[in-house]
Amino acid sequence: MEEPKVKIGLEVHVQLTKLKTKLFCSCPSDYRGKPPNTYVCPVCLGLPGSLPKVNIKAIEYAIMVALALNCKINKRILFFRKHYFYPDMTKNFQITQYDRAGGAPIAINGYLKLNVDGKEKIIRIRRINIEEDPGKLVYPTGSIITSPYTLVDYNRAGIALLEIVTEPDIETPAEARLFLQKLRSILEHLGVCDCSLEGAVRTDANISIAGGGRVEIKNIGSVKDVEKALAYEVLRQKEAFLKGVSVRSETRHWDDVRKVTVPLRVKEEEQDYRYFPEADIPPIIITDDYIEKIAKCMPELPDERIKRFQREYGLPQYDASVLVSNKKLADFFEEAVKLYGGNPKKVANVIINDFLRWLYEKNMRISDVKTEPGDIAELLKLMDKGIISIKIAKEILPEMIVTGKKPKEIVREKGLLRISDEQVLKPIILRVFSKHKKAVHDALKDEKAINYLIGQVMKCTRGRADPVITRNIIVQLLEKIRKGENII
Amino acid sequence: MVTLFSKPAYMLKEEIISESVSIVDLVCKLYERIRKLDPIINAFITLRSEDEVIKEAERKEKEVKKGKAKGLLFGIPIAVKDNISTKGIRTTCGSKILENYVPPYDASVIKFLKDEGAIIIGKTNMDEFAMGSSTETSYFGPTRNPWDLERVPGGSSGGSAAALAAGLAPIALGSDTGGSVRCPAAFTATVGLKPTYGLVSRYGLIAYANSLEQIGPMARNVTDIALLLNVISRYDENDGTSIPGKRPDYVYSAINPYDFKEHLKVGIVSEMFSEGVSEDVKKSVLRVLDKVSGEGVEIDEISLPSLKYALPAYYIIAMSEASSNLARYDGVRYGFRANTDGDWNKVYMETRAEGFGLEVKRRIIMGTFALSAGYFDQYYLRALKVRTLILNDFRRAFKRFHILVSPTMPILPFRIGEKIKDPLAMYMCDIETVPANLAGIPAISIPAGFVNNLPVGLQLMSRPLSEDLLLKVSKMFEDKIGLKDLIAPL
Repeated sequence: MEEPKVKIGLEVHVQLTKLKTKLFCSCPSDYRGKPPNTYVCPVCLGLPGSLPKVNIKAIEYAIMVALALNCKINKRILFFRKHYFYPDMTKNFQITQYDRAGGAPIAINGYLKLNVDGKEKIIRIRRINIEEDPGKLVYPTGSIITSPYTLVDYNRAGIALLEIVTEPDIETPAEARLFLQKLRSILEHLGVCDCSLEGAVRTDANISIAGGGRVEIKNIGSVKDVEKALAYEVLRQKEAFLKGVSVRSETRHWDDVRKVTVPLRVKEEEQDYRYFPEADIPPIIITDDYIEKIAKCMPELPDERIKRFQREYGLPQYDASVLVSNKKLADFFEEAVKLYGGNPKKVANVIINDFLRWLYEKNMRISDVKTEPGDIAELLKLMDKGIISIKIAKEILPEMIVTGKKPKEIVREKGLLRISDEQVLKPIILRVFSKHKKAVHDALKDEKAINYLIGQVMKCTRGRADPVITRNIIVQLLEKIRKGENII
Repeated sequence: MVTLFSKPAYMLKEEIISESVSIVDLVCKLYERIRKLDPIINAFITLRSEDEVIKEAERKEKEVKKGKAKGLLFGIPIAVKDNISTKGIRTTCGSKILENYVPPYDASVIKFLKDEGAIIIGKTNMDEFAMGSSTETSYFGPTRNPWDLERVPGGSSGGSAAALAAGLAPIALGSDTGGSVRCPAAFTATVGLKPTYGLVSRYGLIAYANSLEQIGPMARNVTDIALLLNVISRYDENDGTSIPGKRPDYVYSAINPYDFKEHLKVGIVSEMFSEGVSEDVKKSVLRVLDKVSGEGVEIDEISLPSLKYALPAYYIIAMSEASSNLARYDGVRYGFRANTDGDWNKVYMETRAEGFGLEVKRRIIMGTFALSAGYFDQYYLRALKVRTLILNDFRRAFKRFHILVSPTMPILPFRIGEKIKDPLAMYMCDIETVPANLAGIPAISIPAGFVNNLPVGLQLMSRPLSEDLLLKVSKMFEDKIGLKDLIAPL
């Protein structure tokens, strides 16, 4: 039986966290961690008589994103009202954009190129909207279902959001992850969004299989969870398809504790949002000059940066892509290369093979890391000078990451400096010889067995013994044994 | 006889500065009169405490004595319609749903008034959320017309107009969405201006239909209108629809006569004198036009055919916008909240069911309907097209005429209760006034005369942002008609 075709489209809500103020008022936008309902004013509270005033910087940021996603930018920006009653809404309508009734989103018809298993794949962008974020509902005891009452915090109300909608060109959950990773990297390179902030990027995913009903999974918080939720849906829907059961169109919720999607209450009828023009905001006219000015000031984007990393640092394409997949990581790498001064590939190796793997295993984010690029440079220099072995380097990296201590400091504290003093090494080697008589016997006949002895010395010194000097001493000692000389 | 209560604000202002009128005395006498008359008229929903106002007056008087008095309206008491937000003074919109709402901020026009030294004495009655033409839909009871207590003062700014006609305040603010300043001005023999859309900031004006409405000055003579317009017509960055740029000195324009280098061309809009307009009103307005015509003033007729669709287009747009603007009243953040158990949906429904009056609910429901999927194109979009047609008709007319004239109201002030049960008849009252809102052009109502002791208003309209000319011509007409600073005999 032919593999059923999977179609996935994403709707990504991106907060423009780098804006100083909200979309329609001058309240500060760094609302996270602030006491509830303190970052509010008559406008974002929707008090009677207040009027929205567009933050032009938000329009500029949206145009930057639109350019980075190769979109066509509309020259006349209109806002619309989208109506629905909900307690997180201060006006019971959301100021957003609309593509019908004379409205137009700020940008349409773009695309993003992905590298899927070495092949280029294009994901089309349908549109980008600018809109306001609603407030936040707080369930003081338990969940949306169990809490007997709900509190509302309007600090988030009015934060500028971009809604980025793709065409259903994505075919696997992994592609969805790649898309989101690349999008995040672009947003961070543009400096419009700190995607690591909680709730800064929220995704709705639409998925249908083999022409079945379209299922929407709402409000997924992380890239990993988008991939997991979609993987779950692929399994669920394929199973239904194979059983001959039709999948119905519905909205589902991603339960990130149980790692399953569950149906939300099915609406009896299609919601009618009664979109109509927001007359309080006159049309904003975008000129070609304005777009050009923004285009000229665009920072380097991920695709260009990957190429530059290959060119400038001689990195393989894979290494460059991994590093640039996250702006903070790429910045970290470049800074470390600069401070190190040696072969950039070595820096890339430490970052990708050791640093990243450790972060991944511990489920840490780059923003949680206390290490500075200079520390990685220092670590590499210590290795180059033979002061520590690669094994020690790997050993102390986690501590550097967690505590932010300098490598030299850790090495000193733990006594991890490489042992290259013959006077120190010789007694250790002799102890190994007396413990492993058979191995010494073998080594006298076959040089390959020497490695075993070196290994034992390493074990005793926790990797600190200088392997070259150790080998030299062992060879000398074996020679003496052969000659029947006293080795002590 | 010019009493203290009928004195124009521009004169009071001079006399306050020259210390021939004491601000404290003025305020005390006004409060005395309000105490006597307002229980009958019901012009105010909220009156500021007399003590507080007298203290403010005393402070201002000290400044006068020190020679530090500054401001275009220094020491002038003003009544403000209760849909204009005033920090610390409750602002109800004539509705139960905002019965206890005290705004934490001032509307921009209120800031401007305070900057210029005006003294806000209270908040005036109005149709609930400005939806009505009689001030009868107010949750706080109807306002009576000082010229005939059995009749309505017009609406929705009926409280402000009645306060002026009863001598309870020298100047007032109203708001005009479809005639709400001009209608009560006509019914009370006072003057009311609806400015060009965008001339006066709407920041803080509680929205009914935001693409149509403007805050407007109300007074008993044209010069005071100009004076008040000078104060409130500043550009305001808090209102995205506020028109940038400097405004002319409207008082200077009003009091300096038309130079007649070019004949003043006045157009009679024929559609506005046709069916639905009572013979009494028509005659009275035409008689006035006779009076003003002559040397340098050419009067001719013009037809604006699209006006026959103005009323339905107006109501579709206004109700659609109202259904959106009034969605925020849910009892969560401020205002009335129904005392009920249940989920938020139930609380919302009961709050809105109990908090809004009948006319408001009618308009929300009809507006919601007009914006619904499947009806949107047929109603809302079509109404917008009519709006464009009307705008084009006016543009065409203003190529030929400086000023267009019509009756302000098609009928004389009617009896309280006469039309309240018949919404369509009430809506028909706005037939002369809504075109100016749809086109965004300035329009003013000035007293034209009396029929059976009931006031009749004359409406003058002009090109966008030509308030200077409009006020100049209105002043000229006012002088020729000879009706100004009128106070109803009470």
